[in-house]
Amino acid sequence: MNFDFSEEQQMLRDSVSRYVKNEYDFAARSKIVASEHGMSPEAWKLFIDLGWLSIPFVEELGGYGGDIEDLVVVMEELGKGLVVEPFVSSVLLFGGLLAKSGNAALQETYIPKLIAGECIGAFAFLERQSGFELNDVATTAMPANGGYCLTGEKTVVFDGDKADSLVVVARTSGEQFDQRGISLFLVDVEASGVEKTAFRMIDGHRAAHIRFNEVQVPAANLLGNLDQGAELIDEVMPEILIGLSAEALGIMEKLNAVTAEYAQTRTQFGVPIGSFQALQHRMVDTFMAYEQTKSLLYRAICDYKASREPGADDTQSRKTMHALKVMVGRAGKLIGQEAIQIHGGIGMTDELNVGHYVKRLMVLGAAFGNADHHQRLMNRLEYG
Amino acid sequence: MDVTFSAADLEFRDEVRDFFAAEFTSSLAEEFADDSTFRDAQVAWQRKLYAKGWVAPGWPVEYGGTGWTVTQGFIYETERAAAGIPDVMPFGLKMVGPVIYSFGTDEQKARFLPRILASDDWWCQGYSETGAGSDLAALSTKAELVGNNYIVTGRKMWTTLAQYSDWIFCLVRTTRDGKSQHGISFLLIDMNTPGIEVNPIHTIDNRHTLNEVVFDEVAVPVENRIGEQDKGWTYAKALLAHERNSIAGVADSKRNLAKLKELGAAQVNGGRPMLNDPVFQMRLSDIEVELMALEYTELRVLAALSAGGHPGPESSMLKIKGTEIQQAIQELRMELAGYYGGALQGDLGDAEFNHSFANHARRAYMYGRASTIYGGSNEVQRNVIAKAVLGLGR
Repeated sequence: MNFDFSEEQQMLRDSVSRYVKNEYDFAARSKIVASEHGMSPEAWKLFIDLGWLSIPFVEELGGYGGDIEDLVVVMEELGKGLVVEPFVSSVLLFGGLLAKSGNAALQETYIPKLIAGECIGAFAFLERQSGFELNDVATTAMPANGGYCLTGEKTVVFDGDKADSLVVVARTSGEQFDQRGISLFLVDVEASGVEKTAFRMIDGHRAAHIRFNEVQVPAANLLGNLDQGAELIDEVMPEILIGLSAEALGIMEKLNAVTAEYAQTRTQFGVPIGSFQALQHRMVDTFMAYEQTKSLLYRAICDYKASREPGADDTQSRKTMHALKVMVGRAGKLIGQEAIQIHGGIGMTDELNVGHYVKRLMVLGAAFGNADHHQRLMNRLEYG
Repeated sequence: MDVTFSAADLEFRDEVRDFFAAEFTSSLAEEFADDSTFRDAQVAWQRKLYAKGWVAPGWPVEYGGTGWTVTQGFIYETERAAAGIPDVMPFGLKMVGPVIYSFGTDEQKARFLPRILASDDWWCQGYSETGAGSDLAALSTKAELVGNNYIVTGRKMWTTLAQYSDWIFCLVRTTRDGKSQHGISFLLIDMNTPGIEVNPIHTIDNRHTLNEVVFDEVAVPVENRIGEQDKGWTYAKALLAHERNSIAGVADSKRNLAKLKELGAAQVNGGRPMLNDPVFQMRLSDIEVELMALEYTELRVLAALSAGGHPGPESSMLKIKGTEIQQAIQELRMELAGYYGGALQGDLGDAEFNHSFANHARRAYMYGRASTIYGGSNEVQRNVIAKAVLGLGR
């Protein structure tokens, strides 16, 4: 039994942590968020040079060949810095789907470009009506000219404002809510008929609604098997959920630390407010929420790895992923709300980092299904 | 025990309903929703209420109140909220007004009350400071009597809508020895006096509601002091109890919960309305159970008040429960917005943004976090109940 990260993983963590501490403090980050494109080309260049964008990809394509723990340490540290560069969209989502697509030609073209930062990818899955239900897909891809003709709208595409290429979820057969009949396509945003409406998110990231007006997609841009895109998403989902949860965990740690420090220094009634038992107990609760989240994250890593063993089934892993997302949603909300409350008026200000951590936790809480949704899915898995 | 409405009550309800329907026009509602026209809309609406004689139901009749029974007050509030009409600005009508008619001189009453009723002056509250939040008595803004003026120097924080204000009522320190509650005085200060600076505080809802108000040797005539020097804490305490009463916001929460159900019926997840989802139903009814109880808790308090009591420690409970319910509704609406809850509408029009309530839900959720902090944080309110109601820790 061993919950330690390897020496290499520890070094990777230190390297990201050092970078965040030295070069991505809250003031630097605020400048990046306010800049025209909402990301720093210098920071992104450094991520490329340090090889962070290559972590999950196979060595044959220039990747680092890292495993899930490597992603976890990076995500946790990026979370602590509230890093807004499109690591999640490009590496975890777009890259993750591509890497598991089995489409060698696309991988050979795009993965080296992702690693070199020549291409930023994003995942366009959500639609206006779909809520958290990934199978609710009304965007269609109809066979045309030896390829597909894509029509519909994807909404709140994370980093859709800056992405060069998208993985788009579209329906190739079946009815609107069917799991079967969903297919994934790689679409170049420069293609004729792609129309973006960009906007800011509360967490400093950017997003876009993207319309596809009869966009012609080559047949070679199909990811995975036709009509079986939902299975491909399912396959990548554990890494997505683990990665986002690791980011959330980093934020929770930071919020608890900032709040405890404030409680030690803020004086009211002649004593530090941290001396009040009413607040101490609540900070103990947020500490325990953090530790429980960490435990469930580690459990998710173990169960996911076990599910990838030859011949293993993934029932346990799927259940743990839902549990993890439930925990991240609930603990994140508790920790965020208590951080603001214990800070009092100053916690309401835009100038303090607390509100910004809280907002990223809110976005992560909703991403790929909020706590209630995953509890629903977990119940369905457990009780039918 | 009887809460049925009499024929006269029902007649009153119809009168209120008709008045609101006729006077709170849709264009006025739009002006309220727009930050750039909000102030004028608020004033215009309060003046309509003033013309009708309904702008200050809580005031004694001799000063311009309505003389309504508890039931009539309840009916009025319920109808106001149900019609989606914002409450009057509390700072003049619900806070400093009652202090002036309770503790002010005849000259102060004659000078300030008519202008408050007519919404000629917009008031704000100068209580909190950087070092004086929950521990309000630690405030350090000082006022020194020089001739016929207090010379005021210091900084007030978290002042709501100071940017619109003509007047500010302030707690200032006039004496520095003894217990911290002693030596505080209550001053009314004209915001146009030289030496006052208003600095915006941008908040996590990406808006500007709060301000820092800086006083640099501001001369305030001694006749603007309420009651006696050094006894301002007594007046402020009376005011805090009033503030807590209006903070419960039961009628508005009822309306917001009803609206949330409508939104839940329209929002689908996997093709099914969220309102039909048992998990969402549980979340709604968790809130509704508390709200149903709080409505009667408030009525019990009001009934006791009308029988001659004073708003006391039980108003702390209204504040705690009221704000927790408000936050729970805001949170569930935010959850309902899903991914859109994380999006900033910014410059996008409604059609481009593609979501009807997410932007409002986000702002309300974020700003709503303040409700358990302001007006005496909920922790302070719990201390009040523990000490004053339960007699603990004495």
